[in-house]
Amino acid sequence: MILDGKCPSGQLPLKWDKHRQELKLVNPSNKRKYKIIVVGTGLAGASAAATLGELGYQVEAFCYQDSGRRAHSIAAQGGINAAKNYPNDGDNIYRLFYDTIKGGDFRAREANVYRLAAVSNQIIDQCVAQGVPFARDYAGYLENRSFGGAQVSRTFYARGQTGQQLLLGAYSALSRQIHAGSVKLYPRTEMLDLVIVNGEAKGITVRDLVSGEIRSHAADAVCLCTGGYSNVFYLSTNAMGSNTTAIYRAYKKGAYFANPCFTQIHPTCIPVTGDHQSKLTLMSESLRNDGRVWAPKKQGDTRHPSEIPEDERDYYLERKYPSFGNLAPRDISSRAAKEVCDEGRGVGPGNRGVYLDFGDAIKRFSKEKIQERYGNLFDMYKKITDEDAYEQPMRIYPAPHYTMGGLWVDYNLQSNIPGLFVLGEANFSDHGANRLGASALMQGLADGYFIIPYTIADYLARTKPGTASPEHSEFKKSKEDTENLTRRMLSINGRKTVNEFHRELGRIMWEHAGMARSEEGLKKALELIPQLKAEFSQNVKVTGTGTELNQELEKAGRVADFLEFAELFVLDAMQRKESCGGHFRTEYQMPDGEAKRDDENFRYVAAWEFRGEGKGPELHKEPLEFENVHLAVRSYK
Amino acid sequence: MNLALFVWRQKSPADSGGLQQYEARDISPDMSFLEMLDVVNEDLIKKGIEPIAFDHDCREGICGMCSQVINGTAHGPQEKTTVCQLHMRNFKDGDTIYIEPWRAKAFPVIKDLVVDRGALDRIIQSGGYVSVSTGGVPDANAILIPKADSDRAMDAAECIGCGACVAACPNGSAMLFVSAKVAHLALLPQGCVEAARRVCVMTETMMKEGFGNCSNHYECQAACPKGIKVSFIAKLNREFIKSLAKPSEAL
Amino acid sequence: MRLFSSTVGRKNLMALSGQALIAFVVMHLLGNFTVYSGALNSYAERLHSLPLLVWSFRLIMLAALTLHVFYGAIITLENRAAKPQAYAVTKTQKATFASKNMIWTGSAIAAFLLYHLIQFTFSGVPGRDLFSRPDVFGMVVQGFSSLPVVLVYVASITALFYHLSHGIQSSFQTLGLNSEAAMPFIMKSAVIISLVLFGGYSSIPLFILLGAVR
Repeated sequence: MILDGKCPSGQLPLKWDKHRQELKLVNPSNKRKYKIIVVGTGLAGASAAATLGELGYQVEAFCYQDSGRRAHSIAAQGGINAAKNYPNDGDNIYRLFYDTIKGGDFRAREANVYRLAAVSNQIIDQCVAQGVPFARDYAGYLENRSFGGAQVSRTFYARGQTGQQLLLGAYSALSRQIHAGSVKLYPRTEMLDLVIVNGEAKGITVRDLVSGEIRSHAADAVCLCTGGYSNVFYLSTNAMGSNTTAIYRAYKKGAYFANPCFTQIHPTCIPVTGDHQSKLTLMSESLRNDGRVWAPKKQGDTRHPSEIPEDERDYYLERKYPSFGNLAPRDISSRAAKEVCDEGRGVGPGNRGVYLDFGDAIKRFSKEKIQERYGNLFDMYKKITDEDAYEQPMRIYPAPHYTMGGLWVDYNLQSNIPGLFVLGEANFSDHGANRLGASALMQGLADGYFIIPYTIADYLARTKPGTASPEHSEFKKSKEDTENLTRRMLSINGRKTVNEFHRELGRIMWEHAGMARSEEGLKKALELIPQLKAEFSQNVKVTGTGTELNQELEKAGRVADFLEFAELFVLDAMQRKESCGGHFRTEYQMPDGEAKRDDENFRYVAAWEFRGEGKGPELHKEPLEFENVHLAVRSYK
Repeated sequence: MNLALFVWRQKSPADSGGLQQYEARDISPDMSFLEMLDVVNEDLIKKGIEPIAFDHDCREGICGMCSQVINGTAHGPQEKTTVCQLHMRNFKDGDTIYIEPWRAKAFPVIKDLVVDRGALDRIIQSGGYVSVSTGGVPDANAILIPKADSDRAMDAAECIGCGACVAACPNGSAMLFVSAKVAHLALLPQGCVEAARRVCVMTETMMKEGFGNCSNHYECQAACPKGIKVSFIAKLNREFIKSLAKPSEAL
Repeated sequence: MRLFSSTVGRKNLMALSGQALIAFVVMHLLGNFTVYSGALNSYAERLHSLPLLVWSFRLIMLAALTLHVFYGAIITLENRAAKPQAYAVTKTQKATFASKNMIWTGSAIAAFLLYHLIQFTFSGVPGRDLFSRPDVFGMVVQGFSSLPVVLVYVASITALFYHLSHGIQSSFQTLGLNSEAAMPFIMKSAVIISLVLFGGYSSIPLFILLGAVR
């Protein structure tokens, strides 16, 4: 089937305005009759729930953490982009749009990305009004810094904790609505199923993680803001609890999953130290503003970095990409690091690492200046590695970080199931095959504050409020199915722990579907994953019961979904016989090793439809039309 | 290294609970404290014993989920460090480690080391925000804020809401947590408008939730993984005194 | 009234009444020093010739004391209720013996105050001096000639020392009369003031007992 993204017609800069004129409205006094479920309280979820509550809808919000403030958006470090052009360095909405679509290797929708760039400025205004303490200069004006993939300074930041401050801003708006009674928050509650009534999304089934109770919530529309699935790799920069369950189970209920293989491997993470490792820690991309990336020219050079003279160092990013240098986009920087290590020039344990060196920056400015800019990151680095990055270069290596893929949505952020809206990282819409730094925060807040309030009204205005009830047979069935699933998990009583399966899955995915993918490797993965999945269903050990706080049971449910989802991921990587953005197929590369895109055959969004257990998923395509930008080879040289 | 652990186990809120002894074997100094507990838990699961329940999520010291009192100190021995960022190189072979949950009347234990910190959310809900709705706000640069004020607001805003201040306070007071929010917003022109009301309702909610009064032990500052200072409590106190000039109806 | 109901308001009242009581403690010591110059009796006579001043002062002190004791007790009870279960291992980093025992040092001071009033104020001055003034000096020397009495005094003044070493700096923090830069200075000054008061007060009974003042 050919999918339609329902982008409005007309000139690019006018599309959103025109579309807003055409969207239906819900009368203020009718808004309170509609109930909306928002799952997840990260930037997208908290901003959506708060804004919808302000508008007068009844909102029920859910998160698996103990508080709405702990969603993983909190960990975003570097910043948020906006086309304010405060530094007067030539930025504008079009340039932000162009950088983002080029950064995504021309695999995103023009209209969506333009809208994102257009509302970016409003986000900064909104956050400042909420009291987000962005960095300022001595005159009291906002400061900007540079980020990868852009030649202008458009990133607003709050020390190395921008995500935290933005999330706390959204959380405070949400808290205000909870106090006002328009939003009811259910913390420590995990969504386990989507309920569809007469083809429309009308509710969810959840597990109360404290009491273990499984129950359903009915509403007039459902917004999934549940983040990405990088934890399919086991080791990633995501939080331990980040999972694909909500969107994967929505997929199993008929929502299309788009571009699952588009994942971002972040170049600047602290390398793995051993098998015990439970997660990887990101060192903000902003460090590449002042840090220089290098590796020894010689293979197997085990000298201390300070003993390697200047002419024996290879500043490979500056060498290969002179115009962007150390600020080359993430996918490119990651691959370059992998190449260097594959050549045997890696440093640190296992030779999987390169240096990020602040020696020059400290000389140029001062240790104090660097401390002011990145102090918290250097402290974190010290705690984890026991090394002082002021004295010797940091060791970094790429790690899974963000997933551009997600549930398919149209221009209204509505999936193919009416009434199901998907926001933030959980949808696929804005970043194409690679996301630029400081754009995730922008998208999450754009979706929640400024897009969903308009587009959801258009859907609601066409439906009668309060039609769904948990007494409906679909809700009862969903509850029963979920209870059975939980019971089955607890009854297996095998010999391997959930973590062991997850770790094993991660190894398969990282090796065969990680930074570089080949037909052969992907085939191997398609062999190994089902075996592991089969073993899981026979041999996993989940202790405890279903009627209490049971963290093993929670993990088991998430890993079971990752095991199924991994197959879909690999299938998608297999069908995309081109290299673009974060998706690098070794068979498709330029002579110099750069990604070789195939616009003729793969200029589409791959959206997968679940057709039942035991049957393969069906691929639907949404062709991508580029009316405003010229499809060029993405060059940062 | 090998360690002897004494861990608080409590099946449910109603259960009385107690310390249980476990061995942690072959622990690498590069592991984080939580990774050490992962190893212990894997071992327990294989023996068919329920693993130790503990809260954790981001494991990079920012989400504020992890919450353990280690040898009597909230978040353990390393200064300005959450449990998840505490690494085992801070311990040595043969050490005995006591691990307990946050303790305060306002933080009832749910299970083992997991406590309910909903009271902190309810304090924020009572007034820890600027009452601005989405849309209709001025340009970001229309509100100029002196760098010093902005930086100081950021110092306060760094609070991760983990509750270590409450756990460490001999009075079970949440004053450092409340003061961080009150100070953050009172330092900014956007937040100034509601400052008087905010300080009153937030401190009132704090008491209603069963937290204690501040008596200036300063244990909270020592325990805070983000280095939030008690000078913000002094700031809160000043904000309260200023609020006295306003009649109750004005709040 | 928010001042009386709010947790911060009540702490403000504690701090203000505490500071008033400290002012009294300082003035009382200055008055007591007349023991050394031999002017105690004339000081006492002069003071009692101003009944309005004496009584208004006494009433203010009584009010401050009542507030301080009342809220001190309530706050302590609330704080205990807020921390019902202790840790198996307790380790404090910043809290001091003084800060943790305010209620006990406070109670000791209150008990002492009662004893002190009974001993020297309520019982009346037994004798007259050469100028037929009430012989306060004689009464004090007589009182401090007994070792147990002196020990009670020194112990109580030790309690006062601990109470003030936390109380003085704490009152500045509670009233917000400080800054990060000033706090170390306030902390140190509080200890020094407490020490000086301790030295001043305990010197009188000790010197008398040792026969240095007669």
